[in-house]
Amino acid sequence: MGTMAQQIDKKKQDTLDARLVRKPISTSSPSAAANEESPLPTGAEAVAATPKMSTRKLNVFYDDKQALINVDLDIRKNKVTALIGPSGCGKSTFLRCLNRMNDTIEGCRVTGKVTLDGQDIYEKSLDVVELRAEIGMVFQKPNPFPKSIYENVAYGPRIHGLAKNRAELDEIVMTSLERAGLLKEVQDRLQEPGTSLSGGQQQRLCIARAIAVSPEVILMDEPCSSLDPIATARIEELMDELRRKYTIVIVTHAMQQAARVSQYTAFFHLGEVVEVGDTATIFTSPKDERTQGYITGRFG
Amino acid sequence: MVSEHIVKSYDDELNRLNRTIVEMGGLAESQLAAAIRAFSEQDNELAANIVEEDEKVNELNFDVDQFAVQLLALRSPMAEDLRSIIGALKISSDLERIADYAANVAKRVIVMDEYPSAKLAAGIPRMAALVQPMIKDILDAYVARDPEKAMEVWNRDIEVDDIYMSLFREFLTYMMEDPRNITPCTHLLFMAKNIERIGDHVTNIAETIYFLVHGKRMREHRPTINEGNSVVTPLTSRSKLER
Repeated sequence: MGTMAQQIDKKKQDTLDARLVRKPISTSSPSAAANEESPLPTGAEAVAATPKMSTRKLNVFYDDKQALINVDLDIRKNKVTALIGPSGCGKSTFLRCLNRMNDTIEGCRVTGKVTLDGQDIYEKSLDVVELRAEIGMVFQKPNPFPKSIYENVAYGPRIHGLAKNRAELDEIVMTSLERAGLLKEVQDRLQEPGTSLSGGQQQRLCIARAIAVSPEVILMDEPCSSLDPIATARIEELMDELRRKYTIVIVTHAMQQAARVSQYTAFFHLGEVVEVGDTATIFTSPKDERTQGYITGRFG
Repeated sequence: MVSEHIVKSYDDELNRLNRTIVEMGGLAESQLAAAIRAFSEQDNELAANIVEEDEKVNELNFDVDQFAVQLLALRSPMAEDLRSIIGALKISSDLERIADYAANVAKRVIVMDEYPSAKLAAGIPRMAALVQPMIKDILDAYVARDPEKAMEVWNRDIEVDDIYMSLFREFLTYMMEDPRNITPCTHLLFMAKNIERIGDHVTNIAETIYFLVHGKRMREHRPTINEGNSVVTPLTSRSKLER
């Protein structure tokens, strides 16, 4: 056991968790909290029922082509929500709306409302960099930085100014690696390049990297597509653990994966959400014929 | 021998399925024991309770059905996990029938109140005394996933069938002796049949356990009962269990 690892005791983990309680993302608009047209419940139920994120009348266009049509979807806190659907149905486009990655795509136009804890993330004055720390993303092909394992995880906290000194930075790195289920395997070689790891380890490194900046939501775009079944199973077990602290949204081509890991599943088709519900119901008795058709393999 | 799944919640779910089966089995066992007690002591209140309690077993059976379907849909189980879940579905169904038969015995006890027939009844508890440990032992074999033990229990059903056949003949003679014996003996005959059927369902469970572990059928020829067709049952009509 490395000496660094031994220093991570519960007290320090709690300190790290304190960072999870963020102040709202900076915005100059005073009415950011107002949600007049939202059908979300109010009053006493609100605390329990308010989704972590939600979209209302979300439409996305790539130049003239409409990729998402009036999508209303709630993402519940501390749950895994899976987005399934055939190729081109808009699920990855939807995922990218949640942390404004679509802003980087030329010709992409987003209308409608996307909220995080009730706050509109498309507010013009919102700090998008900070948003993307709060809503992290893991991609299909693991993409560790060409840096050491330690530096991969430390990079984010460093540029966001989350650590006052080297000791705190070490804490963040070690805790993130531990939460990503990677610490034991790499604690003796933190200075080795991130790219020296296996595919599954690299993906967990990317998850650690996302966790290091204290996100509230983790978006995963087909995170296991390039991994073998054992590495996939390890990531799925990790998701089960992670959702205690984070909210997770996963896009997956593998329906069985959605069935295994998620509590809620949304079925997308031709840019619309056809059906959304709890995973057990969607996969045992879906309400919509199109959902049934897709999951039974009766149409592509 | 068996390692855990990488995804722990999968193990938790399979364990939950197991536990529900064991709970059902325990209830079925105690229902039969209570039914025989009610019979021996002519305890109508106990008998009525047993009939009510059967609902609990039905509920558990429904739970197993539902949960097994959910597991099949959400976990895409393979190999021994798949056989395990299919096995649980089948065993649950057999246990539900066993409990039904116990409740049927209890129902007949209430009817039998009118016929003080101590002399006629000795064979019923004797049959039950063979079958009750079979239920317990087959549940142990299930928990341990032990096909040898399951086969050993399977073999004990032959003796249950033998007692049933001799009781059958015994009741026939009483009915022929005195027509007033016909009604009570018919009830007793049904009770004996119920207990004999419980033994058969235990053998079903044994076969399922075998399949669960080995992935293939228990190769056997199940001996059938010749009800009253011959005076002596030829030994050659029974086949030994292939090992």
